[in-house]
Amino acid sequence: MDVNEVLLPGVGLRYEFTNHEGDHIGVVALRSGEFEVVVYDDDPDEGRPVFRLNEDEAETLAQILGAPRIAERFADLSREVPGLSSGWVRVPESSTFAGRPLGETRARTRTGASVVAIVRDDEVVASPGPGQLLRPGDVLVVIGTDEGIAGVNRILQG
Amino acid sequence: MHVSVALLLELGLILVVLGTLGTLARRLTLSPIPLYLLAGLALGEGSFLPLPAAGEFIRAAATIGLVLLLLALGLEFSIAEFAAGLRRHVPSAGVDLALNAPPGAVVGLLLGLDTVGVLALAGATFISSSGIVARVLTDLRRLGNRETPAVLSVLVLEDFAMAAFLPVLAVLASGGTWWQAVAGVLVAVGAVLAAFAASYRWGHHIGRIVSHPDAELLMLRILGITLVVAALAEYVHASAAVGAFLVGLTLTGETAERGRAVIAPLRDLFAAVFFVAIGVSVDPAALPPVLPAALALAVVTGFTKVLTGGYAASLDGVGRRGRLRAGTALIARGEFSIVIVGLVGVGHPVLAPLVAAYVFLLAVAGPFITRFIGLTRLRPAGAVR
Repeated sequence: MDVNEVLLPGVGLRYEFTNHEGDHIGVVALRSGEFEVVVYDDDPDEGRPVFRLNEDEAETLAQILGAPRIAERFADLSREVPGLSSGWVRVPESSTFAGRPLGETRARTRTGASVVAIVRDDEVVASPGPGQLLRPGDVLVVIGTDEGIAGVNRILQG
Repeated sequence: MHVSVALLLELGLILVVLGTLGTLARRLTLSPIPLYLLAGLALGEGSFLPLPAAGEFIRAAATIGLVLLLLALGLEFSIAEFAAGLRRHVPSAGVDLALNAPPGAVVGLLLGLDTVGVLALAGATFISSSGIVARVLTDLRRLGNRETPAVLSVLVLEDFAMAAFLPVLAVLASGGTWWQAVAGVLVAVGAVLAAFAASYRWGHHIGRIVSHPDAELLMLRILGITLVVAALAEYVHASAAVGAFLVGLTLTGETAERGRAVIAPLRDLFAAVFFVAIGVSVDPAALPPVLPAALALAVVTGFTKVLTGGYAASLDGVGRRGRLRAGTALIARGEFSIVIVGLVGVGHPVLAPLVAAYVFLLAVAGPFITRFIGLTRLRPAGAVR
């Protein structure tokens, strides 16, 4: 699917795409963290406002739409590729890495396994960067060999 | 500590009045700026409501308001967005300048203003109000429309033009011989370019020095640095506002983003007082003589902005109605026209009332016209799902 990205200087970004039913849909991501969804019908120049979401509502909607698919994709991935597993690693309270950025664990360098998501309470941080702070109680979704996942677990217990 | 009852009471009453006017403006989807100007006018010298105790504070707060307006403008600025605007809309910026600055200059010459006054008036008619336009587009839910990026690009390029224009104007306004003025202009333009270069090359380093996870500390640091730089700039006759703008320019990325968030409420408060102070500085008796000129300027430059926006939108392949929407969206003049008057100062008795009246007309008419133009679409009943 092609998503067209339009810069709205000083205001935010607009994403436009056409769904399988031929609806032209625009999503305006405002700098303030709010979102506005529009549909273009007869006039391609004029978006018909559908709804607006504040930051929390947008995050909730994203989770409703995206969360089951993230989990499904991991499951598919480990089924499809032999020797590749996905696993869950919890950051214990006692971990030296609690409160420090993910990059400092050097988990991928040391074990070859990648942290692809962090589950924190009921929210999911997808593809966390090295700067992402780890908190005690975080559950890391790790993809790699079985040994690699075990290695990430050992690092985080330390 | 001695608490001044009069100061608290007068200031409180002013803020209550501004709050009420602001509510009214929001309800009418108008900008509050013209109402703040009116409030200032009502409080001015020889008015029926003199507020002696709050006067000193209003003057000080207006200075801070001017500084914060420019700081926020600088923070708003991103090189990436500027470059994106530049790629496509350089011709629009040219049309914008060619159509909208000359009417101000011509009226300035006709009124017998000096060079600084003519330049200032040209600037005031050139610059649309980014604040009002962005707000109106959001309120009218036009961010999804195809003409909107063109409108916003024009605003960004105007802001850039201001970056070059304000220092020059400030230097010229501070007077001096021609070679002092030339040297000052070179220094001012050099400072803007240096700030750009610094933000481009070392923006993240500067950001790291200023940045702090705590919002309160971030706010204090940004505000502190800005006021110090503003004071230094004023000391070397380059205008406090320009110094603040340079600080805003050098901050980029996440620091700028968080800075915008913590500075915004302060700016709104002090900028409101700044608009009031400009209103106060205008003698109501000076208004009637300049009204015809203000009205003529408003009509002409309203029309030229419609042409400007229409041209910019046509570059993006927008249809006729969208071009009209884009053009009318740009009509509103506001904060920066007032800032220009604030910079040039009290030496020009005609300029302040003229621009105040002009901004009043277009800040009110602009949003109304653009909303009305947007309503002309008659949607067939079947199209509403």
